[in-house]
Amino acid sequence: MADEHKVIVIGSGPAGYTAALYAARANLAPLVLKGLDAGGQLMLTTDVENYPGFPDGLLGPELMERFEKQAARFGAEILPVHVTDVDLSSRPFTVKAGDQTWSAQTVIISTGASARWLGVPGEEQLRGRGVSACATCDGFFFRDRELVVVGGGDSAMEEATFLTKFASKVSIVHRRDEFRASKIMQERVLANPKIEVVWNTTVSEILGEGAVTGVRLTDTVTGEEREMATDGVFMAIGHDPNTALFAGQVDLDENGYVLVAEPRTDTSVPGVYAAGDVTDTIYKQAVTAAGQGCKAAIDAERFLEEMAHTGA
Amino acid sequence: MANVNSVTDESFQTSVLDSQTPVLVDFWADWCVPCHMVSPVVEEIGQDKGEALTVMKLNIDENPQATRTYGVMSIPSLILFKGGQEVARVIGAKPKDAILRDIEPHLA
Repeated sequence: MADEHKVIVIGSGPAGYTAALYAARANLAPLVLKGLDAGGQLMLTTDVENYPGFPDGLLGPELMERFEKQAARFGAEILPVHVTDVDLSSRPFTVKAGDQTWSAQTVIISTGASARWLGVPGEEQLRGRGVSACATCDGFFFRDRELVVVGGGDSAMEEATFLTKFASKVSIVHRRDEFRASKIMQERVLANPKIEVVWNTTVSEILGEGAVTGVRLTDTVTGEEREMATDGVFMAIGHDPNTALFAGQVDLDENGYVLVAEPRTDTSVPGVYAAGDVTDTIYKQAVTAAGQGCKAAIDAERFLEEMAHTGA
Repeated sequence: MANVNSVTDESFQTSVLDSQTPVLVDFWADWCVPCHMVSPVVEEIGQDKGEALTVMKLNIDENPQATRTYGVMSIPSLILFKGGQEVARVIGAKPKDAILRDIEPHLA
């Protein structure tokens, strides 16, 4: 049988690394399987100004590097592999990444959430050719070009503001007549002379052959359609939890989030815990994810102690 | 581990387009976080494939010409060249098996 571990942590955002830190300090020698989006969503952000303990703020990737270092310092084993399959039907659980296999007494799911796509014609074919969900990755390519940002929340405001560093003009297309973003972010956007807001409108198609040349817009009030020329379309319409691996193995809610027995982090499978955005439909903050990661490690530790006592 | 050779705008013709073996070019930049995840995978693929494939890195900040010529608008982008032509492109950070699925059909 493959290498057996007491704790395997799947994912490497604030929840995963905090779980690893606590498990490592409890002498459980956790194995962290980082995944392709190692470091999680914070790797795609710039300044983090609301993580307590850093009064001057710091860059998202820098914060995650610190998380990783701290977990490693206490003996967490951290591998840059992407989990492709799990079997949680009996203990020890099995975790696979390609042709590598590990087994574990407990598993902590902290796979986070990834950007949501519109699902309209043209989007898939033009991804990476003007269609993007990561302003900090791809904004660079749109110097002096015109861009569309789709969305109305904080992340849409942040992306639009960031993209004005490069683009000559940014149009925010939003399906309602008001933003749900926080006031401070909205004000920043509305005061920016490079940003225009297209209210009550959805993007119904992305146009272009080989590169984005425009979008087809639908007015949500009148139903009227029109085309608008643009060089790029950035999505900021929310996130979906990364739970495809676990479907049918642990209970998920109707939107695919892992259900946990609040205030604990137990999933429907004893010995399997979940923490961070993969469970969180409300807060989605680095600090709440870290807090839940800590809880998951403590829950796993207690479970292992109990198993040792009962000899199960 | 062996380092992956770099290619520039100046050497693109000789190193990539005129190459007798297929060349997988990794378009990257230092500020691109997902690129740092993909580069080791590319290196590994280069080692696995030995003589059948050359892998090279192209820094998009320093080499705007090739970046523009091939319409790279998102990184990481991996482009496979064979006989001077683009034959496959993998955009974004993908796992090794997904990258292989796209490039293997083009390797002898």
